[in-house]
Amino acid sequence: MKLAVASGKGGTGKSMVAANLAFTLAWTGEVTLIDCDVEEPNLHLFFPAPATTRDITIPVPSIVEFACKHCGKCAEFCQYGALTVLPDRVLFFPELCHSCGGCMLVCPKNAITEVSRRIGTLSTSVPMKGLQLITGTLDTGSPHAVPVIREAKTMAGHNTTVIIDTAPGTSCPVVEAVDGCDACILVTESTPFGLHDLQLAADVVSRLGIPAGVVINRSDGKDDQTIQFCTDHDLDIMMTIPFSREIAAIQNRGDLLTRARPEWQKDFCSIFFKCKALAGRER
Amino acid sequence: MKVCITAQGATPESKVEERFGRAPYFILMDSDTGSFEAIANPYADGAGGVGPKAAQLILDRNAGALISGLLGGNAKAVLDAAGVAQYTYRSGGTVKDAFAEFRNNTLQKVG
Amino acid sequence: MIRLAVISGKGGTGKTMVTAALSRLLKGSLVLADCDVDAANLELVEDPRILSIEPFMGMKSAVIDPSLCVGCGVCEAHCRFGAVERDMDAFRINPLRCEGCAVCTAVCPSAAVSMQPRQTGEIKYSETTRGHLVHARLIPGAGNSGLLVHAVKKTAMEQDGSCDLFLIDGPPGTGCPLISTVSGVNAVLVVTEPSISGLHDLKRVVAVCRQFRPRIFVAINRFDLDMALAGEIEVWCRTENIPLVGKIPFDPAVIASVRAGVPVTDARVSPAAQAIQILAAYLEQELKQHDNK
Repeated sequence: MKLAVASGKGGTGKSMVAANLAFTLAWTGEVTLIDCDVEEPNLHLFFPAPATTRDITIPVPSIVEFACKHCGKCAEFCQYGALTVLPDRVLFFPELCHSCGGCMLVCPKNAITEVSRRIGTLSTSVPMKGLQLITGTLDTGSPHAVPVIREAKTMAGHNTTVIIDTAPGTSCPVVEAVDGCDACILVTESTPFGLHDLQLAADVVSRLGIPAGVVINRSDGKDDQTIQFCTDHDLDIMMTIPFSREIAAIQNRGDLLTRARPEWQKDFCSIFFKCKALAGRER
Repeated sequence: MKVCITAQGATPESKVEERFGRAPYFILMDSDTGSFEAIANPYADGAGGVGPKAAQLILDRNAGALISGLLGGNAKAVLDAAGVAQYTYRSGGTVKDAFAEFRNNTLQKVG
Repeated sequence: MIRLAVISGKGGTGKTMVTAALSRLLKGSLVLADCDVDAANLELVEDPRILSIEPFMGMKSAVIDPSLCVGCGVCEAHCRFGAVERDMDAFRINPLRCEGCAVCTAVCPSAAVSMQPRQTGEIKYSETTRGHLVHARLIPGAGNSGLLVHAVKKTAMEQDGSCDLFLIDGPPGTGCPLISTVSGVNAVLVVTEPSISGLHDLKRVVAVCRQFRPRIFVAINRFDLDMALAGEIEVWCRTENIPLVGKIPFDPAVIASVRAGVPVTDARVSPAAQAIQILAAYLEQELKQHDNK
């Protein structure tokens, strides 16, 4: 089963839910935890362990200088401004390139070939028995989150439970990370900001046809509006985590709630079974 | 020589725009004849890569120098490679003011 | 005009709450912009009355004309983004996947594909008690929020360029939308929180901001939840020569005021409200000093 953990807004505790869920499930089975928040991956902070890392690349153009006649067709075609043709040379801006291959297609002299360019890395570690952590990290300044996410997702085995931590928000990297999952956990907090952003996130997963449930984090007990929204949209509230200074302190120092306070493990286990039930439900 | 100045409007009386790639207009002042030409920047609201695209545009118009506020790294690379000198003007005045300073050699050249 | 962006690096630090309070506390005429276009929240505490709504056209996307398509599949073979979908013998472009590269238009033998502007959001221009607010909404899954940020700022400058202050609620992260937000501002206020990721993200966002040479200020929200980490942030700010303009305590009054739809400084006297008042006074003085230089 493949589970995504998402939230419309940052700072709701999405990574915390993903990490605790993975930690709990790894006691009894095989779990792959994938950090698809590639701009700010931080699951590794919860699970320090030696990791093997490899580069993720995309193909980008390389100009064969002796064949190029500086006609300017490639620069004219490029929708991203990644190529500029001067009378005596071609300038290429790799960070603007989307790797579409268009310049190579339109070059009348076949003066463009492709070379690999690194956009990020993929790290794999086994921080505890039963748990594999895959972290996709986008190089700073690179705009290519989607290929890194795609690559990270293909690394997971087929026989394990897969938990995917997504970026906050509702933009393309989130769609890429959530797409193809069996169920999605939406993490929110019980403020009007949290509710507003939960509505956006719920909209995205329902467009993608993925069944979802909700975790309310840092609840102060006044969750009426959030509960109402969930009831109206047939979203199961899988767990409510109250606000407490103690829980906040555990998290701020980079520890896990289920590690520091094992009695929470049964709650995370029950989220998993609720997700399983959701995934089996007719869409 | 033609000097390109980024502008908020289409005349030499317009304020200088501090951005390069997203400047609404480029005013080309001819330092020999004193005449000018205004080009509406087609990339002002463009999606991406506007710096190098705008740089290519002013190169195609044979600008020999550029006066603007802030210049992105990519645009600067294009202009450097093409040998177009860049000057900073951030005093909030008009295109005319900036051009006068350019002629008096009081503008700071971008290194 | 002073242009001030409130940003955070990491989401959920209380940036919007601080922005809303500053809109009430800083003096002079102002225009507000919500540049957190993926999750625009400022409207929840500014009670805006919408004056007009404009469609926002993002990057062009490919469209296949079914009457011209011969079903050869060449576009599908060339598209590197998996955006061409086959439905029986017909081909369609999935706009969520299309990156607008136009390769399909170049390879199509029957000129059936063209690049068309696509609406990916809307820009709202509203009235609030403290001045006009420009806010936007992006269609979920649509890319290029950086361009929408640019459009939001442009609308604000065109409509209210004569105001004393342009106050911007910025996006989280350090990507394209943040860069669009920070370009052209005089000052940024980074709202952070005392957690390991808070300090980490603060450093990243400051590094990005510095390229644009604005004045940088820091405020620590909920500083009392971890005094040790708050102290670490304070020390870091001092070594980097960044003025720490405020420390806001954790305070349930903040959530209560958000529920009531008002900035916390509008509600009854509370520790957080007092801290933000001091912050605003300090910031006002700092911004004025700069203006006189």
